[in-house]
Amino acid sequence: MSNAVQAKKGGFLAGTANYLDERVGVAGILKEFGRKIFPDHWSFMLGEVALYSFLVLLLSGTFLTFFFQPAMTPVIYDGAYGPLKGAEMSIAYASTLDISFEVRGGLLMRQVHHWSALLFVAAAGLHMLRVFFTGAFRKPREINWLVGFVLFVLGMAGGFTGYSLPDDLLSGNGLRIIDGMIKGIPVIGAYTSSLLFGGEFPGETIVARLYGLHILLVPALILVFIVIHLFMVVIHKHTHYSGAGKRDDNVVGYPLMPVYVAKAGGFFFIVFGVIMLIAATITINPVWNYGGYDPSPVSAGTQPDWYIGFLDGALRLAPTHLEVTAGGVTWAWNILLPMIVGVGFLAVVALYPFIEAWVTGDKREHHVLDRPRNAPTRTAIGAAGVTFYAALWAGAATDLIATNFKMSLNQVLTSMQILLIVGPIIAFFITKRLCLSLQRKDREIVLHGRESGRIVRLPHGEYIEVHEPLDAHDMYKLVDFADYKPTLARPNAKGKITVGARVRAGLSRFYFEDRISPVGQIELEAAHHDHASELDAEAHKELTN
Amino acid sequence: MAFMKKSNGSRRSPFAAVLVIAAGLALTGGGYAATTAAVAETAAPAAADAAQLDTGHKLFLANCASCHGKNAEGTNNAPSLIGVGAASVEFQVDSGRMPAQASGPQIQKKYPQFTADQIDAMAAWVATLAPGPAIPTDAQLEANGNATRGGELFRINCAMCHNAVGAGGALTEGKYAPSLVGVPADHIYEAMLTGPQNMPVFNDANLTPADKKDIITYLKYVESNPSAGGYELGNLGPVAEGLFIWIFGLGLIVAITIWLGAKSN
Amino acid sequence: MSKTNSPDAEHDYSGGLAVIAADKIQDPGLEPHRVRMTDKSKKHEKAASRQVTAMFVASAIGSAFAIYAYFAFPLTDDLGSVRNNTVLLGLGITLGLLGIGIGAVHWAKTLMPDNEVSEPRHQTRGSEEVRARAIEIIKLADSESGFSRRKLIRRSLYGALALFPLPAIMLFGDLGPNPGDTLRHTMWKKGTRLAKDPTGTPIKASDVTIGSVFHVIPEGLADLEHHKLEEKAKAAVLLVRLDPADIKESEERKTWSYDGIVAYSKICTHVGCPVALYEQHTHHLLCPCHQSTFDVTDACKVVFGPASRPLPQLPITVDAEGYLIAQSDFTEPVGPSFWER
Repeated sequence: MSNAVQAKKGGFLAGTANYLDERVGVAGILKEFGRKIFPDHWSFMLGEVALYSFLVLLLSGTFLTFFFQPAMTPVIYDGAYGPLKGAEMSIAYASTLDISFEVRGGLLMRQVHHWSALLFVAAAGLHMLRVFFTGAFRKPREINWLVGFVLFVLGMAGGFTGYSLPDDLLSGNGLRIIDGMIKGIPVIGAYTSSLLFGGEFPGETIVARLYGLHILLVPALILVFIVIHLFMVVIHKHTHYSGAGKRDDNVVGYPLMPVYVAKAGGFFFIVFGVIMLIAATITINPVWNYGGYDPSPVSAGTQPDWYIGFLDGALRLAPTHLEVTAGGVTWAWNILLPMIVGVGFLAVVALYPFIEAWVTGDKREHHVLDRPRNAPTRTAIGAAGVTFYAALWAGAATDLIATNFKMSLNQVLTSMQILLIVGPIIAFFITKRLCLSLQRKDREIVLHGRESGRIVRLPHGEYIEVHEPLDAHDMYKLVDFADYKPTLARPNAKGKITVGARVRAGLSRFYFEDRISPVGQIELEAAHHDHASELDAEAHKELTN
Repeated sequence: MAFMKKSNGSRRSPFAAVLVIAAGLALTGGGYAATTAAVAETAAPAAADAAQLDTGHKLFLANCASCHGKNAEGTNNAPSLIGVGAASVEFQVDSGRMPAQASGPQIQKKYPQFTADQIDAMAAWVATLAPGPAIPTDAQLEANGNATRGGELFRINCAMCHNAVGAGGALTEGKYAPSLVGVPADHIYEAMLTGPQNMPVFNDANLTPADKKDIITYLKYVESNPSAGGYELGNLGPVAEGLFIWIFGLGLIVAITIWLGAKSN
Repeated sequence: MSKTNSPDAEHDYSGGLAVIAADKIQDPGLEPHRVRMTDKSKKHEKAASRQVTAMFVASAIGSAFAIYAYFAFPLTDDLGSVRNNTVLLGLGITLGLLGIGIGAVHWAKTLMPDNEVSEPRHQTRGSEEVRARAIEIIKLADSESGFSRRKLIRRSLYGALALFPLPAIMLFGDLGPNPGDTLRHTMWKKGTRLAKDPTGTPIKASDVTIGSVFHVIPEGLADLEHHKLEEKAKAAVLLVRLDPADIKESEERKTWSYDGIVAYSKICTHVGCPVALYEQHTHHLLCPCHQSTFDVTDACKVVFGPASRPLPQLPITVDAEGYLIAQSDFTEPVGPSFWER
């Protein structure tokens, strides 16, 4: 652009550029960022998907606010939907029906909004998994991991507050479950519930209150955290995958202008387009089916949106008779335990980078990503976490699993309880062994080359398969990683072995007891030496033929 | 034929097998539907004459008495049928649940084993044992009631088991509330009236005949009006929606990111 | 930053437990650039350029179609019209969006340069000079303001800062009233007739046949001016008639049922969903939300699922006209547990 300024004096573009530069210094900004390098990999775009879904949420949400009325005053419906004509319902529900049936494109926008909400949290979750399994959270990005974590939680909050707005039977029962959970909190439960609902459940204020949070506070916070998140990406520059020429002190990729402007800009339209395609063809949250909220009925298959599912699952999987009444007060452990499990899980996710950094004691900056197999314990912990989450998540669908797969509801629920405890342990060991095997295979390939599938017979009758040596670039990808070795608990300056040191030593053993080191130059040469004799033999064979 | 040709092209695709099975099922299903429709049309309005009662009794002795007892007094394997009424017989036999095929948590719906005449005969005979709910008249079954009221009644009395639009749901220990999609109005009416298996009874004091008509009206409205928002995902609610966005939504987008990140040739 | 005394600690970039291999295999540097077909052949380049243009044209057509669909498929009372409007408008916009998106990406991939570029990356921390200057600024600010020196000012400021949010928290006090004993009482009182939900028709004992289930509200609920839903949320009851031989009743509750007819709160003691799935033969009540199961024959005790307490029973009897009435309110709070219950 700054070139254009000089080249085409007097052109419209140049005029605009000049105008902007003299007022906001746009030339300096472009000089700084215009050719910034971004690495290219499909998995780096998952966060972008979340960002674009959020933009779609803002656009479609703004449209919906023009028609939605967050009031719980009862009215008699007289709209277009036949089987609710004459029914008593809240204004909020009636206006949701009007958006769906009496505003052209209204139902489309509702579906765009809801589908993009599901996609926003899903893409953020997948992005977190990518960051976790590649070790992108390591120094200097621990704080950005926390910021991202906050965004994920805010996404859930935004989703839940929105889910409750139509005031239909499904969302009303969802709110009732929240009310029940809040009441179970020791000491303050009943008061908190009364403050939230403005008196007894359901009251006439909750929708308006959630609406305020949903359209103002939560999106504003999400925006602020997105800005912080992206700002930190600019400071750190993006990570890149290990490979030849990719180092901790460089960043390899394509320049922002023009390649990334086109790719990322185009990708926004693609994400928007995919959401629009789904919204145009697949029903989501058909509120007209559920009827207005009434505390007496409930529909089979009453579930929250997917991102709250793990909490609902935790509630279902709690064992019977956990509640304790002692000294005139009630400890509702059947509610508290699931809440502790859910919040505890999230806390571990949030703090994981700090735990791993403490165990490894690694203070270097890391900009080259780990291949998951090269951090076997972390990958195994991740797999265990995913299994744990998945068991809670599936717990929220026990009734649907039972009916759709013709199983007993009770057995499904009991199996999920077992899976919740046993599943992560099994997943941990399988994943860890798998990673170690893959690492061993990498070593094999580096040392002895790829199997070519060509079998030759040596003069003395032995058959060997010819291995093709690796290209230097391919090989580097397989050896560019660091391994860690466990440490012993060492006394500190005062000569005492602290509990912390013991725990850290124990954890380091847990992490790095089984470790496979990358192939070094000496080892590689030794192996090549062996191969040389093998190849000699082959050459000899060919000569004798 | 066009079907065959198409699937020939992709013989090795796993979808081919699915297509063939689906086509087969559609054909047989269609055939069955045609026959039963024909039978239903020829069925004359039942008058409980002696010949019919005799046929009914014989059919009962041959097909039902082994479990329900010679005089329908019930055995350890099956309940007494005295006083269950003609409505119960028609529901159970016409929906294919009776004669039961296999024991299990719940007796399954299957293809009806008797013609409408035979069912009427058995129902007439069972109705003579003791007074019980009668088969509803066509006027009671017509879906011309108040759908709004029907929807409200359905949500309060039925939706907790059958789901808000009748997609079905789970009960304890392997039992379930079946989907109501495609269930004929007479079966819906009779099920409410007689409370088959673990379903409670909704007698005329609880849900009046007008209430029942309204419920049928609502269900038929939902059934005949596909969702305004596009494909319904089985009306299973947020779980199905969540699975869809993860598998298809995010799946499609990840596929696109892979295309986006791949180097061009 | 300013805490560390030894300059060594400031430079702590140690690898911790990492094994630093002395004989690491050499980095061969970036892979050589692969030339694309569109760079090599004019024909491919032209084709790609045409494809991109076609995408953008398709997008324009899609957008135009969406505008057409907006007018051509208006909404009527028929659900099909809503469906047509949604699908066709949506597909038009989809084409409008995907055309731009796919076109732009295709353009970037095939026609823009695809040479990978390497750019140096600097450590996140500031250089020694910058850090020294930062410390200097903080110290200067401290000495100029006297923040460390003037203890009294500092501590009183801390106190003020700690207190200032409290009024804001207080402001939330009027979000809702003190719950008082509202959670302990419902609309039921001695003599209230049991009525059908939602019509409010009172129920005669003779109407309740064995195997049937009634969803019940207190008579008069429908006529309430205020708090109708709040009262209903607590007072909803499920009415079932059992064979008296099947019922296991404690001595004190023998009088709470009438001729095998029992009434239990419909609000789950877990988190408050309506427990409404009654199985006629097993006499189990199942909650569709979290699968707590209650045994109606045995005082609605929990037989499965996360709930702990039995559903509260409403003592009932009949009045002179044969209608079912409540003997009193529930004898314990209904619904989910709370601290003071």
